[in-house]
Amino acid sequence: MSHIKVELKKEDVAKLKEICKSFNNKPGELINVLHQAQTHFGYLPAEVQEIIARELNISVAKVYGVVTFYTFFTMIPKGQHPISVCTGTACYVRGAENVVEELKRALNINVGETTPDGKFSLSCLRCVGACGLAPVVMVGEKVYGRVSPDGVADILKEYE
Amino acid sequence: MAKYKSHLLVCGGTGCRASESDAVFESLKAAIAEKGLEQEVQVIMTGCFGFCERGPIVKVLPDNTFYTQVKSSDAAEIVAEHIIKGRKVNRILYTDPKTKEHISDSKHMGFYKKQIRIALRNCGVINPENIDEYIARDGYQALGMAFEMGPQAAIDLIKKSGLRGRGGGGFPTGVKWELALQNKADQKYVVCNADEGDPGAFMDRSILEGDPHSVIEAMTINGFCIGASKGLIYIRAEYPLAIQRLKIAIGQAREYGLLGKDILGSGFDFDLELRYGAGAFVCGEETALIHSMEGDRGEPTFKPPFPAQSGYLAKPTIVNNVETFANVPVIFLKGVEWFTSIGTEKSKGTKVFALAGKINNVGLIEVPMGITLREVIYEIGGGIKNGKKFKAVQTGGPSGGCLTEKHLDTPIDYDNLIAAGSMMGSGGMIVMDEDDCMVSVAKFFLDFTVEESCGKCSPCRIGNKRLYEVLNRICEGKGTMEELDRLRNLSQVIKDTSLCGLGQTSPNPVLSTLDNFYDEYLDHVQNHKCKAGQCKALMNYVIDPEACTGCTLCARVCPVNAISGERKMPHFIDTTICIKCGACMEKCKFNAISIQ
Repeated sequence: MSHIKVELKKEDVAKLKEICKSFNNKPGELINVLHQAQTHFGYLPAEVQEIIARELNISVAKVYGVVTFYTFFTMIPKGQHPISVCTGTACYVRGAENVVEELKRALNINVGETTPDGKFSLSCLRCVGACGLAPVVMVGEKVYGRVSPDGVADILKEYE
Repeated sequence: MAKYKSHLLVCGGTGCRASESDAVFESLKAAIAEKGLEQEVQVIMTGCFGFCERGPIVKVLPDNTFYTQVKSSDAAEIVAEHIIKGRKVNRILYTDPKTKEHISDSKHMGFYKKQIRIALRNCGVINPENIDEYIARDGYQALGMAFEMGPQAAIDLIKKSGLRGRGGGGFPTGVKWELALQNKADQKYVVCNADEGDPGAFMDRSILEGDPHSVIEAMTINGFCIGASKGLIYIRAEYPLAIQRLKIAIGQAREYGLLGKDILGSGFDFDLELRYGAGAFVCGEETALIHSMEGDRGEPTFKPPFPAQSGYLAKPTIVNNVETFANVPVIFLKGVEWFTSIGTEKSKGTKVFALAGKINNVGLIEVPMGITLREVIYEIGGGIKNGKKFKAVQTGGPSGGCLTEKHLDTPIDYDNLIAAGSMMGSGGMIVMDEDDCMVSVAKFFLDFTVEESCGKCSPCRIGNKRLYEVLNRICEGKGTMEELDRLRNLSQVIKDTSLCGLGQTSPNPVLSTLDNFYDEYLDHVQNHKCKAGQCKALMNYVIDPEACTGCTLCARVCPVNAISGERKMPHFIDTTICIKCGACMEKCKFNAISIQ
């Protein structure tokens, strides 16, 4: 993962320190700190994790362990328009898998990847609670319901 | 509060908002304003009505008119016709699928007739962002009653009610509370588990979005009963709307002195904090949840000690699920006798289910314990979609199992579901029809478990992976008879030796499909056939020479040129080249292509 080298700007480092400080630099607040750091940076590269570890006085291994444990945290930058396909059971039985396949084909990336131009990233998530509209695809915050493989092209077109 | 002549309730649940109920809400408000009726008609955005299939929903009070699939362009007509002239807009009323008649009053809809709403009592009724509306429906009265009764008497009431944990396990709630009361400590904690991770279940989210104060009130009662001054709500970060409404509700409760110091002059202090989950299914397990709140990896630990003895920061901690909490205030208000009159001998009250899959009325339902699957699927759910044949219903999510036709008349409660090889779980209920391959369904759940296993104990980390691999081989037609036996043996070992509830229940989807659909497994292994037509490796697309007109359309859409044939002559698919994408079958106008 460390192949993505990130130069952190001075103000980014200051922001990180500020986030840690707002939680009194308590090790028990690690997950809250990571949530805010990810909101700020969009993802959690190794450099960010190192600073958090130093500020909370815990090992980088511990921070990395927590980041990789939870699917919400990511070390790869998401695309400008992150696409998430719901693969909860309701969406699964109504054909979400075929929608994932079509998206993979249309974007030419795998699940968990970002297109080379940084425009789209593709991920699967578990149940957004809109089972009545299954299968469901989210682009950013927008929810698309009753999506069929044929409808994928139309959705992508909206973001071109 | 101002007195209004009528109310327009717009569903603000996630399902309806995804079909743009926000815009409907704004258009209705604009239409009311345009006619100068703001003083007489109030437009409110409420929590989920449950009938997600036909969203966005708009309900008109006092006459209970239930409009479905409302668009913002309908707003002006609803106001001009219904509100002003008193004529209902038939076009968007719910139509009974059997009688084809418009049903205007939601009480007469099949979907609602058999429901009893306790946990969902305020969802779709009140504005969740206004504490006054909760108070007007007897909100925070139960808290006052608990203060008068004292901790032990209040716990006894919950014990007598027979309320059991709605998050899956079904542990008696009152017993749990008593254990925490008996453990002396300088600090205790009350935790609400809102880390709903079961794919296909969204009741906790709907309660938090539609009625956050009922959870806040119940947690305060719980804190008073066990002597805890702090409460924590552990909620999924993926639920932004629920988080927002909880924050509003907590702020309002503090303002009214219902949270904070010396609540209602009782001398009791209690306050709430939110903690965010980060997407780990195992964190629904209470010990894992507690580790996650402490900032660690959400890995479970061995019980005992139970959290009620030593939990968050090693202090006595009660962890209850959202739906369990939502039941608590009503038990105080309406009494034990009323609550125990609903349900079966050992499972009292109601259960909320997220009914989804191949069913006509997808939605959130709350039914008395003891109702049969048949009533749920055919009366509330309106039967199977597209007139297909019912095959199975999956309950309990990745920890549960599949129930079949022979279980349709079994009364649903905690114990009966376990006896049938499934479990209550958090209440996902996914209906499947003849087109669903049960081996693939088992594989789907194992895929989930493999991904979500925390990796701490080897039976779950390695065993589930092996189960998945065997299922995958069977779906590809490479399974053997020995492997079928191995599936069963390995499942049993994982059940017996895993550390936590996730591992101990993860083979359930395999075992229950083996028990109920053994023929289907045999078909895959011995005949290399998948009758449901879902396992791609086992399918062949075939053109019926009688029906084929030789239009060449299929040959033109085939991405790998596997179809050959002269114009106006029957075509032929070369199965050695075919990648089974199904494009030809989709395009054929003469239904000449089938899967064999």
